[in-house]
Amino acid sequence: MLRIEQICLGAGDFRLRDVTFEVAAEEYFVVMGPTGSGKTLLLKAVCGLIRVASGRVAIGGADVTNLEPRFRRVGYVPQDSGLFPHLSVARNITFGLRVTGIRHAEAMARVAALVEILGLGSLLERSTLNLSGGERQKVALARALAIQPALLLLDEPVSALDEPTRREICHLLRRVKSQFGVSTLHVCHNRREARDLADRVGVMSGGRLVQVGTLEELVDRPADPLVRRLLMLEGEGQEEV
Amino acid sequence: MREPPVPHRPGKTEHIHPVAGRRANVLSVASLSVLALFVLIILWLVAADVAYLVTGQIRTGAVAKMLADPRAMREIARAIWLSVSSSLLTLVLVMLFAVPTGYALSRYRFRGHALLEVIVDVPIVLPPTVIGLSLLAVFGLGPGSWLKQSLHLSLSSMTGIVLCQFLVSVSYCIRAVKASFDSVDVRLEQVAMSLGCPPWKAFWQVTLPLASGGLVAGGVIAWARAMGVFGALMMLVGTGPRVRVMPTAMWLELNSGNIVQSLTIAMTALVMAGAALAVVHWLAPGRKWA
Repeated sequence: MLRIEQICLGAGDFRLRDVTFEVAAEEYFVVMGPTGSGKTLLLKAVCGLIRVASGRVAIGGADVTNLEPRFRRVGYVPQDSGLFPHLSVARNITFGLRVTGIRHAEAMARVAALVEILGLGSLLERSTLNLSGGERQKVALARALAIQPALLLLDEPVSALDEPTRREICHLLRRVKSQFGVSTLHVCHNRREARDLADRVGVMSGGRLVQVGTLEELVDRPADPLVRRLLMLEGEGQEEV
Repeated sequence: MREPPVPHRPGKTEHIHPVAGRRANVLSVASLSVLALFVLIILWLVAADVAYLVTGQIRTGAVAKMLADPRAMREIARAIWLSVSSSLLTLVLVMLFAVPTGYALSRYRFRGHALLEVIVDVPIVLPPTVIGLSLLAVFGLGPGSWLKQSLHLSLSSMTGIVLCQFLVSVSYCIRAVKASFDSVDVRLEQVAMSLGCPPWKAFWQVTLPLASGGLVAGGVIAWARAMGVFGALMMLVGTGPRVRVMPTAMWLELNSGNIVQSLTIAMTALVMAGAALAVVHWLAPGRKWA
């Protein structure tokens, strides 16, 4: 579904170098790495929010390297959810449909199943300003899924949540995966998310993708001491990296 | 258990009570005293205008005489109308320049960005008389002179008034508009684009509504500045009867010894400025979404 071939790009002094990997149809791919390793930059490059200097990005078999974000069919959930504060929950969710000319009422009918699965029915007329962290993430997820994306891009969707809410959102992400079968690229710095959700995991460091595999493969055969350290194999019960 | 709401209110800050504990501290006493003194000075200015009109002039019948003089009333009305119409036209021009300029300065980074910011601020630090004189120079030679002749422009006209008002006020609006765009998270625009918006639509649907309070406040500040332009007009436009805006009329009346007429115009300007300030404070960042 997603194919990234040797993309390179720069943002200030930071460089993303020769990143290559694939995400299969309906696969949940988690990119892990410490803060500043280039995870968000990679996500933005896939989304089309930042131009790559070289390399190729293909989604659903089509080369989208030079396409604007709106033509890439991606659902993007940024850190802290990025909800529009001037719109209600319902209007946030239907935003992507309304900008293509669909009326709000019709858009609401189209996203009814999504609202049901994510348990947002009681929040629809609320302002986004008074939502809890978990509710904000659910609304952002619904908004991204409403446009029926080919690829879902999640930027640390549960990192700032408390443990019960984190578990609830991870459960919802698993449910979304089984219900909608959308390919997902999820970046985080937390091994628990990879353990709970990932089909495969990529580890980033210093702007490079240093290893890709299942979590078990990475745990069994870390490519280098850095991957071992990132996966906290040397730690005692610690899960944050 | 439900998680507490995540605060997401731009401009919301914590406040300190001036009297913490049993005694007020030196800092709070000093700062609040200076604040009180400043407020007193402003109120004194306003009160003096009113008192002069009420106690000094009403008793001598000067106000009644002015109200009964159709020529005086006509001149006051004309000055008010010219000020209001020219400043509103200026406001339209200012917004047409300030919104794209403020957005570009807020969102894009490029070589020479800092220099451009300084250049945009130049009209704020220039004395208005210098702006008027510079406009005279612009239209006195080279392409400016050619433009003036080709378009049959008269500087002692509404065109000259609007030009002066525009240059004196536009930078204030650009500052306010830029600050307003700065306060809108760029990621919201990016999300809108990922959801199907072309850049202009993301701007229209997300950034502009979120920055609207600051945009209106910037517009009101620019309008108030335009209403008060005097020095630049004296240099470029003059004091002819067809170009006599409120500040010019006030000055002329005062020089002719008609202090009541001058003060009447001043009081009208005061009421307008008060209304403008009320709008600015009502739309202050952080209030709209609070």
